[in-house]
Amino acid sequence: MKQVLAFIFTLIVGGLMILSLNNNALFTEYGENNPEDTYSDSYIDRDVRDNNDDVIYGESEGLESAPANIVTAIVADYRSFDTLGEITVLFISSLGVALLLGGKKKERMALNYSPNFMLRIGSRALFGIILMTGVFMAVHGHLTPGGGFPGGTMIASSLLLLYLANDEFRTKVQGFKLLESFAGIAYVAIGLAGLYISGYFLENFLPTGTIGELFSAGIIPIIYVLIGLKVGSEITGIIDNFLTEEAL
Amino acid sequence: MINVIEIVLSVLLVILAFIAINSQSLIKSVMLLSGISMLAVVAFVLLKAPDVAVTEAVIGSGLVTSLFVFTLLSFRKTGDIQ
Repeated sequence: MKQVLAFIFTLIVGGLMILSLNNNALFTEYGENNPEDTYSDSYIDRDVRDNNDDVIYGESEGLESAPANIVTAIVADYRSFDTLGEITVLFISSLGVALLLGGKKKERMALNYSPNFMLRIGSRALFGIILMTGVFMAVHGHLTPGGGFPGGTMIASSLLLLYLANDEFRTKVQGFKLLESFAGIAYVAIGLAGLYISGYFLENFLPTGTIGELFSAGIIPIIYVLIGLKVGSEITGIIDNFLTEEAL
Repeated sequence: MINVIEIVLSVLLVILAFIAINSQSLIKSVMLLSGISMLAVVAFVLLKAPDVAVTEAVIGSGLVTSLFVFTLLSFRKTGDIQ
């Protein structure tokens, strides 16, 4: 019975998947898309700064939304308040894990396997690469796909690798807690600065610069780096809580 | 050409998901889940959502899989000698 139900469910989900992947009406090839078919004209002709010119990568200056990655423009600029809420959700889940599993005296949980030579050395070599990729992703969040959330998670997974390879290893959890608090407070402080300077919470009050450069888009890269630090330290805290136990 | 890739991808996703649900061994299920995540990354790229693809690659097939594998490796079965 359970198998039949599972089979029917997978068939339904699979049919939906094939439909969505095989339907090229909404997801046309690059350059062939005609936005007037999909969106309302009032969104296409939206004009806030009296500047309706084409946006050219590496040349346009002083745009309303300066990140080259449009998803970042939504996540960290127009809907930045939502992102603050997401960060709070992650903070509360990390707090819950700490309340359930955190104790006073904590020790590393003994691993059921003994890490061999290849695992120990290979994890140390990979740790740096994964950490660098995570930091790159968080810093270049306004230019390339990715951003603070995957970047922070990548930083945390590099530390998880060290945890898995060495059963003596523990990070300095206190430092991560400080970093997390600092990043959260700094995010809200930037929002309040926008409220004070421009009159709106989390308003982009810095000059936006040329689109496509690393130092552009005003407060968006700063916010994304802070999000990366906060997510990374929170998930590292969760992992540390999972992999430690109270000393007997 | 890309149409064939899309259809093969979606059929593989469904088959892997069904085997993952019905697998007797937990570690096999976790590995299949990781495989589904990797295929989902390709699907997201085909659907022109690179941001979601990056997040899925990092969280779905990186963090979640390693946490599951670690948990499976570190819990003690009932009846094991301490």
